[in-house]
Amino acid sequence: MTQRGVNRALSFIGDREIRVAAEAKVDPMHQFSIQPLFGSDGWNIAGYNIAFTNSALWMAIATVALLIFVAGGAKRQLVPGRWQMAVETFTGFVDGMLAANVGPNGKKYVPYIFSLFMFILFANFLGLLPLGVIGLHPFTFTSHFSATGVLSILSFSIVLIVGFVKHKLHFFSLFVPHGTPAVMVVPIFFVELISFLVRPFSLGLRLFVAMMAGHVLLEVLSSFVISSGNANIALFAIAGLPSFVLMVGICALELLVAGIQAYVFALLTCVYLNDAENLH
Amino acid sequence: MPQIEQLAATYSSQIFWLLVFFGFTFFVVGRGMVPKVMDTVAQRDKQISDDLIAAERARKQANEEEEAWRVRENTNRAEAQALIAEARTKAAAATEQRLAAAQSVIDTKLAEAEDRIAEARNSAAAEIEDVAADATRDIVSRIAGLSLDDAAVRSTVKENLVHG
Repeated sequence: MTQRGVNRALSFIGDREIRVAAEAKVDPMHQFSIQPLFGSDGWNIAGYNIAFTNSALWMAIATVALLIFVAGGAKRQLVPGRWQMAVETFTGFVDGMLAANVGPNGKKYVPYIFSLFMFILFANFLGLLPLGVIGLHPFTFTSHFSATGVLSILSFSIVLIVGFVKHKLHFFSLFVPHGTPAVMVVPIFFVELISFLVRPFSLGLRLFVAMMAGHVLLEVLSSFVISSGNANIALFAIAGLPSFVLMVGICALELLVAGIQAYVFALLTCVYLNDAENLH
Repeated sequence: MPQIEQLAATYSSQIFWLLVFFGFTFFVVGRGMVPKVMDTVAQRDKQISDDLIAAERARKQANEEEEAWRVRENTNRAEAQALIAEARTKAAAATEQRLAAAQSVIDTKLAEAEDRIAEARNSAAAEIEDVAADATRDIVSRIAGLSLDDAAVRSTVKENLVHG
């Protein structure tokens, strides 16, 4: 392609973007765009950009909120107050989840699973806060696979490390279930291997897709409310008002999804850890 | 879709900051605070189970003590009953004895009094005879001018007194 051709192609893309932006009054995807904050655009380590973005800001907010929450519950009173009770409920929940899925060996993973579960839970909930009302823009970093992918690869790495350290090469027996006929050993091995290798992708993508879908849905419905309200009162009554009612319901559903996705992420990590700890 | 469009520009920043903040969460919250919270819960559970065991032991001990007290109480009651019965029989015997003594005293006094009464009656009767004999003799001597034999008068008077 000639230089002119490239320029034409780029200007075409630019024109199209401008047209799209002009047509859509509310861009449902804009909420996911990452912007560097505080002029940190140029920060980098060894050539890799590490700008402190709005995404990083919300990671920091989630971390601080979680820190405050757990610190408030670490008062170590024999008779707990409400706050301590709440924190103990979460640690007990994670402890129970590990005990049920991994068994007594799972106790040592409580710090990791607790951090994972609570970090994702706080990220999901903070991203749903209605801060737009006061002009702030909440950002859900769990709606980016570049973030969820890191968490899923982290979990998968722990599974691999634990599996190989504990069982050495015997860990590969995970891919050949008990009672497999000799003829089927090779095909089953590959099927199981592929299902095993897909795990980090399914783990990261599930969270990213669930969070993104809900936020897009809310944004699209809100654009219906705003556009129909701008058009005329009849259209608002027919389309805008039902959309608004639906939005209220979907908001409740999203709160549920925020909790469930954090739970699913932690639960699947527990299940994978069980494979690594106990084979099967 | 900014997730894909911005991937090349932002992946390093996303990965870096996620590792920073999740690492901080894991080491400070997960490794630092969660074990303390869990420890508190375990300590509380242990305390509760210990307390339950102690309460169970105390209950058993209380039951045993109550049983022992009951046995002691029963023997005490039996002893007391025996004491009361003994005291009652003793008191009854003493009362009887004293009543008998009093009765004998009363009997002797009665007998004495009766003797005295009989004696008094006899002496009174003798005196009345004397007086009646004297009066009869006086009346006979005054009216008839007879001086009667003392013994005859007396026997007649006695006869009349007896027969009225």
